[in-house]
Amino acid sequence: MRFAFSDDQQLLQGAVREFLRKECTPEVVRALWADARGHAPGLWAQLAELGVLGALVPEAQGGMGLDERDLVLLLEEVGRAALPGPVAACAAVAAPLVRELGGATAERWLAALGAGRAIAVVGHPANPFVTDAHLADLLLLARGPELHAVERAAVRLVHQPASDPGRRLHGVEWEPGAGTRVASGAEAERLLAAAFDRGALAAAAQALGAADRMLELAVAYASQREQFGRPIGSFQAVQHQLADAKVRVEYARPVVYKAAWAVATGAASRPVDVSHAKLAAGEAAALAARRSLQAHGAIGYTWEQDLHLWMRRAWSLALEWGDPPLHLARVSDFVLADGAPIGPGRTFEGGS
Amino acid sequence: MELVYTPAQQAFRAEARAWLEANVPPAPLGSFDTAEGAAEHRAWEKRLHAGGWAMVPWPVEYGGRGADLLEWLIFEEEYYRAGAPKRINQNGIFLLGPTIMEFGTPEQKARFLPRIASSEDVWAQGWSEPNAGSDMAAIQASARRDGDHYVLRGQKTWASRGAFADWLFGMFRTDPASERHKGLSFLLVPLDTPGVTVRPIAQLDGETGFAEVFFDDARVPVANRLAGEGEGWKVAMATAGFERGLMLRSPARFQSTARRLVELCRANPATASEALREEVVRCWMDAEAYTLETYRTVSRLLAGGKIGFEASLNKIFWSELDVRMHETALRLLGHRADLLPEAPAAAGVGDWLDGYLFSLSGPIYAGTNEIQRNLIAERILGLPRSG
Repeated sequence: MRFAFSDDQQLLQGAVREFLRKECTPEVVRALWADARGHAPGLWAQLAELGVLGALVPEAQGGMGLDERDLVLLLEEVGRAALPGPVAACAAVAAPLVRELGGATAERWLAALGAGRAIAVVGHPANPFVTDAHLADLLLLARGPELHAVERAAVRLVHQPASDPGRRLHGVEWEPGAGTRVASGAEAERLLAAAFDRGALAAAAQALGAADRMLELAVAYASQREQFGRPIGSFQAVQHQLADAKVRVEYARPVVYKAAWAVATGAASRPVDVSHAKLAAGEAAALAARRSLQAHGAIGYTWEQDLHLWMRRAWSLALEWGDPPLHLARVSDFVLADGAPIGPGRTFEGGS
Repeated sequence: MELVYTPAQQAFRAEARAWLEANVPPAPLGSFDTAEGAAEHRAWEKRLHAGGWAMVPWPVEYGGRGADLLEWLIFEEEYYRAGAPKRINQNGIFLLGPTIMEFGTPEQKARFLPRIASSEDVWAQGWSEPNAGSDMAAIQASARRDGDHYVLRGQKTWASRGAFADWLFGMFRTDPASERHKGLSFLLVPLDTPGVTVRPIAQLDGETGFAEVFFDDARVPVANRLAGEGEGWKVAMATAGFERGLMLRSPARFQSTARRLVELCRANPATASEALREEVVRCWMDAEAYTLETYRTVSRLLAGGKIGFEASLNKIFWSELDVRMHETALRLLGHRADLLPEAPAAAGVGDWLDGYLFSLSGPIYAGTNEIQRNLIAERILGLPRSG
């Protein structure tokens, strides 16, 4: 039993954090918002070089051969930077799905995805719209009990403008055929369930990073902004609001990390762990957003201030890969069931 | 990150479970805030000690088992899973014990720790005074040096377990000219010392575990001082850290409450509205989150880390969760929530009302949650100091 990250895992996280701090500044995020495609090929290539895009791609295909226990820390950094684009969709959801599909699909796409030469996204029934579909070379799309691998030329996209311009939502129209079908029946269901949990975990990890960043912004602002002759951050009313948000963030963190372990190891507790993580991180981020906005006062309510870069991201993350009622229902079904394995000593029983 | 127990940890769990199954009293003991209940609890502690389970993470020479902190977590899980009695000497085993390990001389360790582990000495806390609660630097009770003794004058109040304890630990002002947190010393005081008067105070629940303690020229040997004269603040801060954090508040306690809450919800379908069921599930999630964070902290400590101001995050989280869980239970009980266990219609109400009253003390003791929020804001977030 060891609930801690290795030095290597933390070093990689530190490298990605440092990279994004320099290369994904609020100015860069705003420029990508204004960009027609919302994509920076240079940034994408560098993220591939750092190993983020190929984290879950096996070494034999040129990837890093890591698992979600490593990736969760990198996804936190993606959230901390409010990085636009399909990094999580591609690296955390599409790439491992292609890996699990194996066969011709993996042969054709897996190495390219890890190296950043191609982008893939997943159209899952949980998400009515597909995020960043316009950037994808490959779309993995569910239709009934089947999974199809469809190239972009074969789909029609309808852009659905949404609050977070760093994620472009699209309705996707397409015709399934025998040539696009890559899995069906129980196999497709298993793959889609795994993809759903990976997507929800990725959203939770990003929300955690965004929450951290929003609290940092609040602290920085409240430390320099003076009213009544003192920095407003010295007033207990402000301090206590931010302290409460900090408590929720720090107690969401281990839940997200446990979910990463459950996804990486295929633990039986995976669905409940992931839903708990999605709820805990989503609510921590929502609280951090509210409290940070309040600490900023009216300046936080302006487009010029950076805070809303993360607020919009937090709102959108709460809705993708299962909204809060869906995840609460999954946890409730487990906790309130007859003879549920809950209570002291049961926390890690779902391990494999 | 490997969230699976080693075979050795699994064997430890099995051993603890087997012993507890064979030894935990079948019926609940009386409240340790009554004389009769206190005697039953001392007898239980004696049995626990004889079995070698009284203080699993302490060294064997001090009456412990020499287990590591992970094994301690496992033991606590089994302890709560077995429904074993509350620990009457929690001030001694969870607060003073670790403090003596950190600051005591070899003589003090040998003298006090084995008697704490066996609960031969039950300890009371002497933190608060009528004018010093969460602001411990306002302490006025004095200890004047007279040869190899201190002469104590003044008053302590809200001394938990004070009415039935043998000893009291607390801070006294050894330098009469000192101010705030300087000039304080940490002293260990036998409550049968001439000049010490203990007056029980009825708590919100009607029981008298609290006490006021008066010192009228009570003489205590200098050998009963922990750390140097004037170093009391440093010692007390360490004790407060133990109180807010890890040892006293094992996650198993809250997981056990959460499990009972789920059972209560299932047993009362008529009152379990959708909103209440949701709150029950949220309570379970938070008890799990608290458990996970504790495992993370223990992993960090086993790798050589130290607990710092995170103890303040901890304290807010568990104390507010405890209140929420009990409030939810009372709402599930509906009109029966008000009934004392002896009421004829009280079947199935359990001890939720008692637990609720106790939970209300959580956000107050061990430094009020307002103080903890100040600490989080200034020491963890780095906001400017409040005026």
